[in-house]
Amino acid sequence: MKVARDTWLIFERSMFLTLRNPVWIIVGLLQPFLYLVLFGPLLKSIAESTPGFPPGGAFNIFVPGLLIQIALFGAAFVGFGLISEMRSGVVERMRVTPLSRFAMLFGRALRDVVILDVQALVLIVIALPFGLKIDPAGLIVALSLLSLIGLTMAPLSYTLALILKSEDALAPLVTTISLPLLLLSGILLPLTLAPDWLQTVAKINPLSHAVDAIRALFNGHFGDPSVGFGVGLMAILALIALGVASRTFGRSAA
Amino acid sequence: MTIDPTASSIIRTRDLRKRFKGRGGTVEAVKGVDLDVRAGEIFGFLGPNGAGKTTTLRMLATLIPPTSGEANVAGVDLLRDPAKVRQQIGYVAQGGGSDPLMTGRGELVIQGRLFGMSRKQAEARATEVLAALDLTEAAGRTTGTYSGGMRRRLDIGMGMVHQPKLLFLDEPTTGLDPQARANLWDEVRKLRDGGTTIFLTTHYLEEADILCDRVAIIDHGTIVAEGTPAELKKAIAGDVITLGIAEHERVLTLVRAEPYVREANDQDEDGLVRLYVDEGDRALPQLLRLLDDAGLPPQTIALSRPSLDDVFLRKTGRSLRETAA
Repeated sequence: MKVARDTWLIFERSMFLTLRNPVWIIVGLLQPFLYLVLFGPLLKSIAESTPGFPPGGAFNIFVPGLLIQIALFGAAFVGFGLISEMRSGVVERMRVTPLSRFAMLFGRALRDVVILDVQALVLIVIALPFGLKIDPAGLIVALSLLSLIGLTMAPLSYTLALILKSEDALAPLVTTISLPLLLLSGILLPLTLAPDWLQTVAKINPLSHAVDAIRALFNGHFGDPSVGFGVGLMAILALIALGVASRTFGRSAA
Repeated sequence: MTIDPTASSIIRTRDLRKRFKGRGGTVEAVKGVDLDVRAGEIFGFLGPNGAGKTTTLRMLATLIPPTSGEANVAGVDLLRDPAKVRQQIGYVAQGGGSDPLMTGRGELVIQGRLFGMSRKQAEARATEVLAALDLTEAAGRTTGTYSGGMRRRLDIGMGMVHQPKLLFLDEPTTGLDPQARANLWDEVRKLRDGGTTIFLTTHYLEEADILCDRVAIIDHGTIVAEGTPAELKKAIAGDVITLGIAEHERVLTLVRAEPYVREANDQDEDGLVRLYVDEGDRALPQLLRLLDDAGLPPQTIALSRPSLDDVFLRKTGRSLRETAA
């Protein structure tokens, strides 16, 4: 099928270019790694003495948050790469080919998802000696959920890049959007510690549901309602984001 | 090379328009362009910056949709089926389109595959194109290491990798040194001789004059002149022959009787006789013979030709050299 073939072409090319400069993959891992090593141990002692901290071990609470952070920030900034491809004329050159517009987007987004899943796996392996315990089947579903977050954030980042066409405009906007998403998802500390109003606000943030789902999955609680809700919600958001972004790629004036 | 006037149009536009909505209101960048580009020619689209030439090119290359009008590109209705147009054309943007981290060969192979070739076919075609453009040695290097002329040749290679009937080149030689420019002209001629129609924009008059079979001049969003460079120049003034000669009255009477002389006078203060003729290079030998036979040999004789700039000047009241600077 043409769309699948085109998607593979774009995936292959963008992955090749990413791997030519793999330092960014490592840089993307650095921040969550530092949180894990330098902040995680603090959390461990807090978890043991704080009432209201959910059960399941400090790292089972903390690492899912870091994974969301990888997915969120890893994908939110992919638009920068697209802007440099627009500047070098590659995007315009490909627009005047029969290449499927959806594949222009989806091939890149798949590359982003593979990168962030690999980063997530690396972080999980590093976290195991700290006391992270994961259910293997839960891990697979959790990675799929992270992929859905990537498939939501990356297309949005590409859409903004196509519209703004400038790093200077994209950087503050992406930061402004991602920081509250991050803080309101209970990534660093569980939101069970939060006052009622903050918990209510956080419920609007889809990522808080994703964090809940990943925590349940790591503990092997597939029946937990947060799993179905988190996965379902992110799947819907990913579909919407892909739809919006492929329309923007398709509008020839963009 | 002469163009068969009965050859079919590969680009045909009627009343093609493009309006942009901006903060300061609506701007009509292209105001009703009628173009007929014949199959197999190098067609130059000439005009100062901001005249609408890149906007027209981008419409024809499916990058921006026209606001209104009709356009048929490579046998396909542009407004109805831009996707089908894309299969038929090649496009080389002004700034190029290669990734500095990809090798020249890598870019050609992916470009071929984007047009539906298998990896094997694309590899074989890339080898051909690299050889044709004298890039074989640089094929394995990343394009970031290429010189301006090499990168431009690679861009053209990407535009022709799928052997399109019609190739669009936006300002192909801007920023190149004279040597690289001349090389590129040769490549473009080779493509034309191989059967590809070339539509290029330029603001270099000599490029339009030397390279293009036919040109159209656009100014303020409308076509102000169209034809072969020679036709356009001829329509404007004809060539000028300047004679340093005695017995002006006899000379003027003599030459005014000749069919190829449009006008003759000695009004200028320099004391020279000026003849305006259709084709100076044909007229000159005839004129010399005529004057010799009449026993009126000239002391000096000079032939000068109007440039496309004279054409532009006459049509728009401005010199293109000034506006393009």
